[in-house]
This record gives sequence, structure tokens and C-alpha cells, in this order.
Amino acid sequence: MTAFMIVIYIFSFLAVYVQVFFLVTFIEKRREINIRREDIELPEYPTVTVIVPCYNEEKTVDITIDSLLTLNYPKDRLKIVIVDDGSKDGTWDQIQKYKDHPQVNIFHKENGGKHTALNLGLEHADSEFVGCLDADSTVHPETLKRIITFFTNPDTMAVAPSIVIRDPKTMLQYAQRAEYDMAHYNKKMLAFLDAIHVTPGPFSIFRRKVFDVIGPYRKAHHTEDQEIALRMHQHGMKIDHCPDGYVYTGSPSTIPKLYRQRVRWMYGFIKNATDYKYFFFRPKYGAIGMFTLPSGFISISGTILLLTFTMINLYKYVSTKILQIKTVGLHAPAGNVFSVDLFFINTQAMIFISILLYMLVIAALINGRMMIADRRVLSWDILLFIIVYTVIAPFWLIRAVWNAITHKEASWTGERDVLLNNPNV
Amino acid sequence: MNLNKKNDWAKYIIVFFITAALFAIAGGLSNFFTDKKVENIKTVQARLATDILSSEAQFALLSELSCNQVDEEETLSSELNDIADKIAYSEKNLSASDEITDLKKYYTVLQIKDYLLTKKINQKCGNKRVPVLYFYTTADNCIECTKQSFVLTELRTKYPNVRVYSFDYNLDLSALRALIHIYKIEDTKLPALVVDEQTNTGFQATDVLEKKYPKLFKVKKETTTPASSTKKKVIPEVKSISPESIINSIIPDSTNASTSTAN
Repeated sequence: MTAFMIVIYIFSFLAVYVQVFFLVTFIEKRREINIRREDIELPEYPTVTVIVPCYNEEKTVDITIDSLLTLNYPKDRLKIVIVDDGSKDGTWDQIQKYKDHPQVNIFHKENGGKHTALNLGLEHADSEFVGCLDADSTVHPETLKRIITFFTNPDTMAVAPSIVIRDPKTMLQYAQRAEYDMAHYNKKMLAFLDAIHVTPGPFSIFRRKVFDVIGPYRKAHHTEDQEIALRMHQHGMKIDHCPDGYVYTGSPSTIPKLYRQRVRWMYGFIKNATDYKYFFFRPKYGAIGMFTLPSGFISISGTILLLTFTMINLYKYVSTKILQIKTVGLHAPAGNVFSVDLFFINTQAMIFISILLYMLVIAALINGRMMIADRRVLSWDILLFIIVYTVIAPFWLIRAVWNAITHKEASWTGERDVLLNNPNV
Repeated sequence: MNLNKKNDWAKYIIVFFITAALFAIAGGLSNFFTDKKVENIKTVQARLATDILSSEAQFALLSELSCNQVDEEETLSSELNDIADKIAYSEKNLSASDEITDLKKYYTVLQIKDYLLTKKINQKCGNKRVPVLYFYTTADNCIECTKQSFVLTELRTKYPNVRVYSFDYNLDLSALRALIHIYKIEDTKLPALVVDEQTNTGFQATDVLEKKYPKLFKVKKETTTPASSTKKKVIPEVKSISPESIINSIIPDSTNASTSTAN
């Protein structure tokens, strides 16, 4: 066996290990996963402020705010703070219609990045709980109540929701929907391990005192939602996940948009994980250092390795074909191309391991769907997800690694500027 | 807030053993299928050996038979090629390398026996078949060997009476050493072809061979005898275990175009 294959086997082992770890956790804790279909009433309703940072979101900001205003939560206990972070489009005009709403406060500031918008919102949040909602997302009417129930555990300092792709239209969006279905499962398993590494922009809810203890949001390589989660772990704070707290979010409809978004996310992960590198394999930080962050790096390295593996194969195939054409010219292949001899079916151990890994991923996806009470079990978008992410993901990972090495930041506002100037890109 | 978080070490260890067990199962499955494939090669080789023995017996009876009754069918030819493909594939993809090397040696002996028989039939009945001995190397990156195998495939496609015997120069086999010695094949001048008892070293293009041996390479596919055309089989690609295959051996699923032996 070559050294290259040994490395491939090691990464495969680690990838299978991660999935088995999740599966064992799922089997162990599945009875604790509670999906509520009916409306619930809370014994008491704590005050909540939801901050909506906006930058060039004129098309979606009103549906975001409307969904917050229709939350099934006492109106006098819920405040909405909208912060326009110097939008260049008609966002500020759009949010004017809420300026006199008793639940809403609107603010405008010069562009300074999402974290500055969130921090301005925090300054105007004096409630027991504070959350944020990206201005391209909407919430299920019961979500806030369901999330608040998780705070009956006094150790819980933040709760992340289940994010669902809203109204997918393109093939790429269907693939993302399948990806997000799997993310419910991964997130919940990480919650059981007390190892969630991101409190996503769409509707994560925090105890207000979290920010008093650890400070406000930071720029954090344009992934402030990752950094705040890591900082919470640094202070020993617990983050939970509410599987039936549904948030519906817009998703990139084209490959270039998805690529930009994922480069930013992965870049942020690499840089934040590097900033918190002392977490790695330090038992005092628990599973975030022993499991989550290392498995993220394993995933990035393994995917890049897989791409290298595929490109070498492709190069060899193409170069052999070119040599053949140069030597004897183009002619029809000899032999019966339709005959299949079972002998030539690859039965190397790696094939069985790959099948196992795909099965584990599909099981994760199905479990994720069960968690959000989705009736679909096996659907065509699973295949779409596997194909799209196998082909495209390595490229954004490589770009993110390259950007991290060369310190070239992608930005949240930059992504939206591109969309504003080139809406069809 | 808990500044010292708990770790479930037992779970880390249990998951490790579960993963290791899954890998062991994958390895076991792979070994099971490898054994099946090796068995398959052995079965085909046993049949091939019987066929060659049968041909030899048939030849021994030639004195009592006319040359027209010599079996011209391509079955032997295609089976030799089939086994070559399987051995080449196995060398690349299967873990039982020693066993595969033994099978390759056996196959090489069968090729030599068939070659000798072909020569005898040609002497007795005229040039019914055109034997071509092809020596290649797996020792280093021999692009010329890969190119040569493409040319031999083309020759076999154009001239069904051409029978190519491919030999891995580096195979440790006394019968092969003898053949190498007889035709004075040098490892520094590979690939090498022996056509009409002449040794040609280095890459030989199709047109070069056709010009050099116009009498041998003259029977076009379209003009084959009715007897052979009725039994004609699709001619598989000629392949050699070339240096490309060493590169390929890193990765399992690349093209077979540059690998294997053939008749």
C-alpha cells in the first residue's frame, strides 16, 4: 500500500469515526429529542429582544419583520430592533413603515459590518433574552416559545434553532435543503455533547447576561456567530439546540452565490478555530476541543485530499487517452463495451468504506428530517446533495484555506454588494 | 457555567472500537472477494491449460490429419486475453500480490507453450498465424511501452491472424529468461518486439511494422476466411503491464488502457 493510500485510509477512518460518534449519541439520546406539533403555553413569558441587522436587504427585510410580528408571543414581552448597517439600496425606506410600530425600534448607522449592527442592537436590548435574525430569514410562529422552554435549564446560555431552506426553486437550493436537513441532526448531536460551535445568525437566542460576561460581538473574520459560540465555550457556557424551533432562510440560488457564502463560512471557521487553537485536544474545554473543531479540520483536509485523489485519476485517464490518440489515432474502442464482467467490479476495502460513509451520511440526513417532522425519508434531493457537494465543496474549501493562508478576507457586506450590483450572478 | 467541561471518555473509546470493527468488516469483505477473483483466475487458467494440451494433442495427430482440419477458432486467443486482463487488473487492485504473481508466471508459461505450438503449426501448415512476442517493463515509467501496447491492439484489430504474446521482462521465471536470452532482449531497450524471428527494439509504429513485414501483415480483417470469420470474436484490447500501471496502482479506478498482457 502506498503512503498516499495510507493517508486516505486514516482520513476515512476519522470520517467514519465522526459519523459513528454521532450515531451512537443519537441512539443513546434519541428519547430526549422532543418534537412539538401543538401550540404550547409557557408558565411565564420572559422579555425578549430580537435584533435584525440589515445590509442591502430591501427585498426580504419586510417579510422577516412581519414574521417576527406574527410570532405567537405576548406583544408586550417582545421587542424588535432593526439596524440598517448603511445599506446602499432601499432597505432604509422599506423599514420606515415599521417606525411607528410599538414593538419596533429602527436604527440607521454607517456601514461597519454585521457585528457592529448587532452590537448597536445589543445597546438597546434590556430584556432577559436577546436574539438576532438575519434579514433574509423568517420564523415559525411557535419557534420563540419553543426555544424559551430550553432555558428552564439554568446552565443553558444560548439556544440555536433548526434552520430550514425557504421555498427552494433551483436544483442547487434543493441540494442545500437536504444539507440543512442533515445539519439539524449534526447540530442536535453536538448539543448533546455540549459542543455546538456556531450560534447561527437566523434566530439564535441568548441570555442577555451572556454579553455582559463575555462582551459584545466581534468582527471575527465576518463569522461573528461562530466566534461568539467559541467565546461562550471559553467561559464554560452551554449552548443547546431546539430541533422544533424552525427558522426559514433564503439560500443562494446559483453556484457563484453559494461559493461566495461557503468560502466566507469556511474561512471564518478556519480563522476562528485558529484563534481558539488552544481548545484543540484540551479536555477542560470538553467536546468542542476534543471533537467538534478537530472533526472540522478533518473534514476540510479529507475533502481536499479526495479532490486531489480525483484529479490525479482524471489526469491519468485523460493523459492515457491523449497518448492513445497520438499513437494510433481515433478509432472505436475494441471489445464489447456493453459486456460487464463482475470480475472487474472494484472490491477494494476502500469501496466498502466509502459505501459505509455514504450510508452514514444518508442516515444522518434521514434522522435530521425526522427531527423536523419532515415526512420525506428518501427523496431525490439526497442524490442531488451528494453529487453537488462532492463536486463543488472541495473548491470552496481550497479557496477558503488559500484565503486563510494569504489572509484574504471575504465579507458579509461584500457578498451583498456583489448581489446588489449583479443580481443575476 | 462550568469552566471544566466533562468528557465522555468511554464513548470515545467505544466509538473507536466500533469504527475499527467496521473497517475490519470492510477488509474482510474485500478479502472474500479477492479470494473469489483469484479462484476465478485459477479456473480460467486451468481451462486454458487444458485447451493448450488439447491443441498439442491435436498437433500430434496432425500427421494423420490435413492442415485444413487444424482448429482455427479464436477461443484460445480470447481466453488468453481475458486472463491477461484479469491478472493485470488484479496486480493493480487486489492485495494478494504474491498469489497474483504466481498466477502471472503460470500464464506466462501458457503463453510460451501456445507460442511454440503456433510455430509448429506454422511450419507444418504455412503461416496461418502471425506470432508477435512483446516484451515490456514495469520497472520504470515506460511511456513507449504504453504506446506500443496501443499499436499492438490496433494490429490485432486490423489483422485477426496476429497473435500477440506479452511478457513482463522483470518477471522472475526461468522459461521467460530463456526466451529473453534466445532473442537477446535487453532491459535498456524496451519495449521490444519479436516478429518473424527478428528482434525489434524500441517503439515500433503500426505503419513501420506494416512496411517492414508486408507479407505477414497483409490479411485484412475484411478478407478473412469464411471459417475464421464465422467463429470470429470481438478482439479485446491488447494491454501491457506498463509503467503507467505502476502510477495507476496508486489509484484503483483509472483506465485499464495501459495495463495487461495479451495474446
